[in-house]
Amino acid sequence: MKFSEHWLREWVSPQLGTQALADQITMAGLEVDAVEAVAAVFEGVVIAEVMDKVQHPDADKLSVCRVDDGGGEPVQVVCGAPNVAAGQKVAFARVGAVLPDDAKASGFKIKKAKLRGQESRGMICSASELGLAEETSPGIMELPADAPTGEDLRAWLGLDDQAIDVDLTPNRGDCLSLKGLAREVGVLNRLPVQGPACRPVPASHDETLDVRVEDGERCPRYIGRLIKGVDVTAATPLWMVERLRRGGVRSIDPVVDVTNYVMLELGQPLHAFDRENLQGAVIVRLAREGERLVLLDGQAVDLDASTLVIADERGPLAMAGVMGGEHSGVGEGTRDIFLESAFFTPLAVAGQARTYGLHTDASHRFERGVDPQLAREAAERATALLLDIVGGEAGPLVEVASEAWLPATRWVVLRRARLEQALGKAFAVEEVSEILEHLGMGSEWDGSEWHADVPSWRFDIAIEEDLIEEVARIHGYNRLPARRPQARLGLRPDHEARTPLARLRRQMVARGYQEAVTYSFVAPELQQTLLPEAVSPVLANPISADLSVMRASLFPGLVRALQHNLNRQQSRVRLFETGLVFRGELDDLDQVPMLGALACGSREPEGWAGDRASVDFFDLKGDLESLLAMGGDAEAWRFEPGAHPALHSGQCARILYRGEEAGWIGTLHPAVRATLGLKVDAVLFEVRLDALTHGNVPAFMPLSRYPEVRRDLAFLVDEALPVQALLDTLRAQAGEWLSECRLFDVYQGKGVAEGRKSVALGLTWQHPSRTLNDEEINQLVDAIVEESRRHLGAELRA
Amino acid sequence: MDHLPNLVTEAREAIQAADSIAALEEHRVRYLGKKGEITALLKGLGKLPAAERPAAGERINEAKQALASELESRKASLEKAALEARLAAERVDVTLPGRGQPSGGLHPVTRTLERIEGLFTRIGYDVAVGPEIEDDYHNFEALNIPAHHPARGMADTFYFDATRLLRTHTSPVQVRTMKEDGPPIRIVCPGRVYRSDSDLTHTPMFHQVEGLLVDEGINFADLKGTIEDFLHAFFERDDLSVRFRPSYFPFTEPSAEVDIQCVMCGGDGCRVCGHSGWLEVMGCGMVHPEVFRHAGIDNERYTGFAFGMGAERLAMLRYGVNDLRLFFDNDLRFLRQFA
Repeated sequence: MKFSEHWLREWVSPQLGTQALADQITMAGLEVDAVEAVAAVFEGVVIAEVMDKVQHPDADKLSVCRVDDGGGEPVQVVCGAPNVAAGQKVAFARVGAVLPDDAKASGFKIKKAKLRGQESRGMICSASELGLAEETSPGIMELPADAPTGEDLRAWLGLDDQAIDVDLTPNRGDCLSLKGLAREVGVLNRLPVQGPACRPVPASHDETLDVRVEDGERCPRYIGRLIKGVDVTAATPLWMVERLRRGGVRSIDPVVDVTNYVMLELGQPLHAFDRENLQGAVIVRLAREGERLVLLDGQAVDLDASTLVIADERGPLAMAGVMGGEHSGVGEGTRDIFLESAFFTPLAVAGQARTYGLHTDASHRFERGVDPQLAREAAERATALLLDIVGGEAGPLVEVASEAWLPATRWVVLRRARLEQALGKAFAVEEVSEILEHLGMGSEWDGSEWHADVPSWRFDIAIEEDLIEEVARIHGYNRLPARRPQARLGLRPDHEARTPLARLRRQMVARGYQEAVTYSFVAPELQQTLLPEAVSPVLANPISADLSVMRASLFPGLVRALQHNLNRQQSRVRLFETGLVFRGELDDLDQVPMLGALACGSREPEGWAGDRASVDFFDLKGDLESLLAMGGDAEAWRFEPGAHPALHSGQCARILYRGEEAGWIGTLHPAVRATLGLKVDAVLFEVRLDALTHGNVPAFMPLSRYPEVRRDLAFLVDEALPVQALLDTLRAQAGEWLSECRLFDVYQGKGVAEGRKSVALGLTWQHPSRTLNDEEINQLVDAIVEESRRHLGAELRA
Repeated sequence: MDHLPNLVTEAREAIQAADSIAALEEHRVRYLGKKGEITALLKGLGKLPAAERPAAGERINEAKQALASELESRKASLEKAALEARLAAERVDVTLPGRGQPSGGLHPVTRTLERIEGLFTRIGYDVAVGPEIEDDYHNFEALNIPAHHPARGMADTFYFDATRLLRTHTSPVQVRTMKEDGPPIRIVCPGRVYRSDSDLTHTPMFHQVEGLLVDEGINFADLKGTIEDFLHAFFERDDLSVRFRPSYFPFTEPSAEVDIQCVMCGGDGCRVCGHSGWLEVMGCGMVHPEVFRHAGIDNERYTGFAFGMGAERLAMLRYGVNDLRLFFDNDLRFLRQFA
């Protein structure tokens, strides 16, 4: 809501400068977004009358005028505007005047000049040259005939004014008018507020239109009036055009201007129909399925049955409270108008504007609540203004009200004890009563509580807390006390077996990874490339196509971040991310917290001693294993060869925790890499966070004082045999005193037959309470060798 | 016996001239060893007349001890020299960088979230999290934002269908906690939130931390005190001016927006604060009775406050980041600055 400060000060004028006033409004909860001068800086421009105009002898597009600028002598000036004419009142910049200049802060100074040989002593100005219009105006600014010649234009138009733009919260529909804002400023300064007089306009004819309200619930009040014999070609007075302009509203024609003016002034949206295009009664009803309406902006809409319309006997004329129709609108030829001033309930209008993609000044106000008692006053005010400007004869007001649906008079109790408890401060009864009074709430104090009547314009006040907020707001939030809350110092359970996410993150950091945060929605093509079978929810209204499907994995985001960095000469990339992935259809959705990582480039950064080999599967697996070990439950994790569409079929493992799939690790599939245009290898994993954070509380094992026995065994096995199988067999046979098993070599090549590999293991046994003897160890080794041979075809290497 | 002085002189010279532990050992054997020349003199004492023996013996022993000590000190100095030579030979350039995997770093948003969580958990708040795909009820209805409420326009929502959406704030977590745990409640809810907005100063996803405290006797003064404490602690500035501006959120009343004195210009006015000297950093208020009603909490007995802030905004102010979009590009050159 934007308004002229001068206009506001006609209603209420506290002893505050512009900035202080703006700050005061802001601190009352009506946030001032901007305070802007309503005109550019200029001086030396006066009102002048064009005495005569002749064609410039040497230039087709110029004319030579003599103007009376009130200085006594006619002044000759050359003018290029096509619309300049003798007898006009114009804005005239005298020699020595300074006009605004975009290029120069000091402005543009008017000097005596000769234009094609003709002397020119000044300049007749256009509105844009004075910073009074946004777009460049084609012609000069015409002033009304009664503008006083010789008077300073700035002073006469009151241009030393500010437009104050207030960003209102949706609960304060009552402040979408000068009247409402003035009321706020009044209460903040405890000043009375004085608006323009709105006297009923006596009817000068008795013709009316029949008004039928079929939906009193949505339209509890409808007021109409026929005004006959108007002259729509009359000009809107400059003062009104200026106030509209300062309120951000463009002047259209005098009838629309008056309706907009009254809306800005009082907050009541109005509409004027051309009576010529109304057939029979004016009917307020829900649209019928299949009905169509061409709106004022030329757009045709198909109405649905939840939309309230103003119709005549032929069909819809306007979308109630949103926008009028093109066909029934006021135009140049309009003679008789039917003025509408109605109360449509917020629910009748809310949603309609959005459903049809329409947002108008009217719908904005009705959605938030227009004072249901305002319609008559606004109709009278608009009538009076219309009669002044476009003339005509007013008929009687027709009012159809459905008392049952009009908001009931409400009152709210404010308990003093509750108020003081809620705000932590004692209040004088008089202060609270005064605040309520100024807010328009007549209240009664009964010694412990106030009974406050809620004014019809306050849709946001229904309960005690609403009044507490009002008192706090007007008293000033920053004058209220602050303290520290007190609470009982109770300890809460702490699950030691659970590894906090923060520790996992730090482990990744210690392993050289940078944390990434990528969007939870990804490009469908990317997800399709990496996870062709993934099903995840799709946004109905994405911000763009490449952010339209929820990620089913952390891989798309990590790969995307990799591409970003590779494109910026970062060849060594190590990233991890934690966050939810979304799996399944909406009705069967898993939102799974995961930790994922990606590595690419050299194992260590380039350096004098570094390892420059590229990271591979086992580097990443080592990093992952360091996470798995943190919960103290490393034994519960398994890796098995698996197939994942994004990963290299020979370098891909399914990760299991306690037998359940918990994630995947592998090298990016070469075909996927090619599709993505990646020139380098990358390894990546993702694991469920619930599994990663799951663990054990440490359980102490006494330290043995007896010697260890170590045996090294080298097996020859089929090269395709997973080492895990060998380890499982070995553990099953090695007895309960096996304390360690180290895999210290895997070898293929000379001395090992084609298709076989040698796996060397170091086994250590230790008994807690005695020395193990050779014989029992030999028995265990024999059992291991025998079982491995039988089940895995393993032979002990000589 | 007469050549003892000569022998001592000769031995001394030899010891001093020895340039290695081995040479020194040879000299020890030669003079003091079992068959050494000094030892031989001691052995020859018996040939002397008995009266001369004690004096001669004393002289030989003195000479022997003197040589032994000389050997020791020469040995020590040779060892010292050898050690020094070794140390010199093993010198490395300590200014060369170390070996191995350098550390990575946390994302600045995580860093900020963890800091905020830490400030609150240290005084007894718990951290609560929840789903990001939410339903209309938890994101709006239960927070006193019925369908068609103009406040729905305040946050442009990403929808999947008529009722399922991406949460626009972490408030649904508060709703769930209130319903499931009941008062007293002290939680902070960090997490990703989504709004359909993308330009210089908005990204369609960002992070929030919301807080909720519900107990008996909690009032607006508690809220003000908590927010002031938090902002002073977060920015490590006890003199930071904080102001509370009335505002509107359907789920709190009274509601406030919180401004701090601009941390970039100290309140003098700059581009970051739009020349106002103030920065809007949070929203807050007392929990609305309607929210309590949805959660089944007795509004006469319990009161509470809630607050919410954007992690990226706070990170930008804290670290001087000038472009919101950098947080989601994951450019290593950006991320490394927060290691």
